[in-house]
Amino acid sequence: MNFDMSPYGTYIWPAYGVSAFAIAGAVVWTLAGWRRAKARLSALEKKK
Amino acid sequence: MNILFRYANPHNFMRLSGALLPFTGMACPLCLATGLFMAFSVPPDYQQGTTVMILFIHVPADVVAELAYGAIAVCSLLSLVWRHPLSDTAARAAAPFGALFTALGLVTGALWGKPMWGTYWVWDARLTSFLLLLFLFLGYMALWNAIEDEARAARAAAILALVGAVNIPIIKFSVDWWSTLHQGESIMSGKISPVYLWPLLIMMLGYVLLFLTLWMIRIRTAILERRSRSLMQGATP
Repeated sequence: MNFDMSPYGTYIWPAYGVSAFAIAGAVVWTLAGWRRAKARLSALEKKK
Repeated sequence: MNILFRYANPHNFMRLSGALLPFTGMACPLCLATGLFMAFSVPPDYQQGTTVMILFIHVPADVVAELAYGAIAVCSLLSLVWRHPLSDTAARAAAPFGALFTALGLVTGALWGKPMWGTYWVWDARLTSFLLLLFLFLGYMALWNAIEDEARAARAAAILALVGAVNIPIIKFSVDWWSTLHQGESIMSGKISPVYLWPLLIMMLGYVLLFLTLWMIRIRTAILERRSRSLMQGATP
């Protein structure tokens, strides 16, 4: 594997960084929403 | 058409997606890891140099953005014409991911454009139609949130999605119809060397699986939220 991106590293690494950050954010947001919805529904079902 | 209506039942969708999610959830990181390993092993391109590395994340983001809009348009059609009960939920769930991948396509494209074209942005047909796609996603989401009555919001958003679908062939064929700075199609025409093609295809598969996984989870979340609302209103879910 080659990690030497010269002379364009200043463009390549930010592109990978932004993509990784955005994808990780989307995964966390989606899973958090799912857990929240699941917990809310089970709390309501218990109440019933 | 029958199969679509069979899984339009939220209970059936939960069962099917529950069975599919472990596979897509495992295959996605596997594809992304393999694709990245292969991408970081390719030699620099004779013209683009190391900036070819950006294409392994730029092209998949563009493909998924268009796929997400296509999914919204199909779901909107199913909703408007056949009153498919789950299609509005599915269309709405795809929009944030579509917007995200469109934004990623624009940002990574700009970071590729600067060293290759000498500029981050040009009002080129492909770039402009892709920026319009981002506005369509944002407008679609804004419309859903702007109308309080869910049925009316779904109908208005579905009409917007179908009208905006005309932009998808424009994005695809813009490089053929107009003389653009953006290069022409290179995957289907076989112009790309297999050294770059295989990592690109695997990354594309990884991005598509990522979108499908997140989309299914969002639809499942929306179904649970709907059940919670029904319980709170005292109605049968």
